[in-house]
Amino acid sequence: MISLENVSKWYGKFQVLKNCTTKVGKGEVVVVCGPSGSGKSTLIKTVNGLEPIQKGKIIIDRTEITNPSTNLAKLRSKVGMVFQHFELFPHLTILKNLTLAQVKVLGRSNEEAREKALSLLDRVGLLAHADKYPAQLSGGQQQRVAIARALCMDPIVMLFDEPTSALDPEMVNEVLDVMVELAYEGMTMMVVTHEMGFARKVAHRVIFMDAGEIIEDTSKEQFFTNPQSDRAKDFLAKIIH
Amino acid sequence: MSFNWTLFFESTPYGDEIYLNWLFDGIIITVSLAVTAWIIAFLLGSIVGICRTLENKFLNGFAAGYIQLFRNIPLLVQMFLWYMLFPEILSGSLKIWFISGISPNVSAFITAAIALGLFTSARIAEQVRTGIQTLPIGQRYAAIALGLTNRQAYMYVLLPNAYRRIIPPLTSEMTNIIKNSSVASTIGLIDLIGQIDRINDATNSIVEILCGVTIAFMLINYAVLTIMRFVEKQTRLPNMNHGG
Repeated sequence: MISLENVSKWYGKFQVLKNCTTKVGKGEVVVVCGPSGSGKSTLIKTVNGLEPIQKGKIIIDRTEITNPSTNLAKLRSKVGMVFQHFELFPHLTILKNLTLAQVKVLGRSNEEAREKALSLLDRVGLLAHADKYPAQLSGGQQQRVAIARALCMDPIVMLFDEPTSALDPEMVNEVLDVMVELAYEGMTMMVVTHEMGFARKVAHRVIFMDAGEIIEDTSKEQFFTNPQSDRAKDFLAKIIH
Repeated sequence: MSFNWTLFFESTPYGDEIYLNWLFDGIIITVSLAVTAWIIAFLLGSIVGICRTLENKFLNGFAAGYIQLFRNIPLLVQMFLWYMLFPEILSGSLKIWFISGISPNVSAFITAAIALGLFTSARIAEQVRTGIQTLPIGQRYAAIALGLTNRQAYMYVLLPNAYRRIIPPLTSEMTNIIKNSSVASTIGLIDLIGQIDRINDATNSIVEILCGVTIAFMLINYAVLTIMRFVEKQTRLPNMNHGG
């Protein structure tokens, strides 16, 4: 489904990604973790081309995103993305947030888009808030809306960039619950997160990054019970209490 | 020294007008000039400001040069330059029409609207640029990640939010354009400022006239502020953030 081959990226002279290679298969849930500044957020943003890369190759669903002739906008509409700070559009109601891209990108009718939006809002338990504005919702609610917004596009894969890091602790679970449900339904997911409980519960694989490199890319069991590198051991010791 | 405060209600030497009519004529020209120049400034300023936020090096560089050019030359100099240059860059029948087909007040109005519009557009461009650049980068990411094209991201996400943010500086730019329109009298436009001389020539009561013109400017700008307060209220988003 997703394939990264020797992806390298520089900010000026500073190399943020060093020859990252990995694959995410259909229906697979891959958690990306690592200390802050390790490049994990940058890595996930390269997957749908939000961050350009200078070297390497990224392929989603047989389409090479690094190929200049690829219609990036069209490809991105198939790749759902959820951000740390939700990034709902503040000037649009919750419903409009969910219908905008359906209408403008997929060409769905207003009625069709509205129905889809309402059914997904219902699914994340926020149907009653359809006509509110983002600022009228709590962080946890906003993030659930953001997930629903991405799902409206019928994505073939979902990318999560630290979806719970900006939330108050009591709101983390309501968002994770939605993600767990999604994973159980067989959605292909790539998730940057520090929530090791989530990783233990639903991840198939864990990628551990440090200093722009993929240090470990292994099964969940292997990662939690028998991490190979000192850096991963050190990281796990700090994060798991 | 005694003042004649009923001056504006006295008859003028021509026809059955009173001096208040002349003052109103000035107000109409000043407001028309400001509105025309504002339309030019807002459209061009928006385009140039958006160009400043694009990755395209050519458009970005062009916009930067445009802003430097029109922002760094005094308005008075720009006004004179357009007064001299504008008839020269026209050609054929358009040139003849501009020089002899219309009254001097109309040609002065056109020239002044262009000069004032371009001058102000550079300032608006900077505000539009700032409005866009102070939006969280994630807004652009979110729009693009949903599959919107760059153009759609600007139209449906970035600009509606950027313009909301810059309503206060745009409001003060509007009051500036009304005050700056006074420079147009230097190329012969009979606006509010132009009426000062005209009425003074007939009445020799400069202090009273200046008081009248002062009040007129204050009323115009008060109207602008009232309108913009209404616009701001209409576009304000509900904001009852409770945590997160």
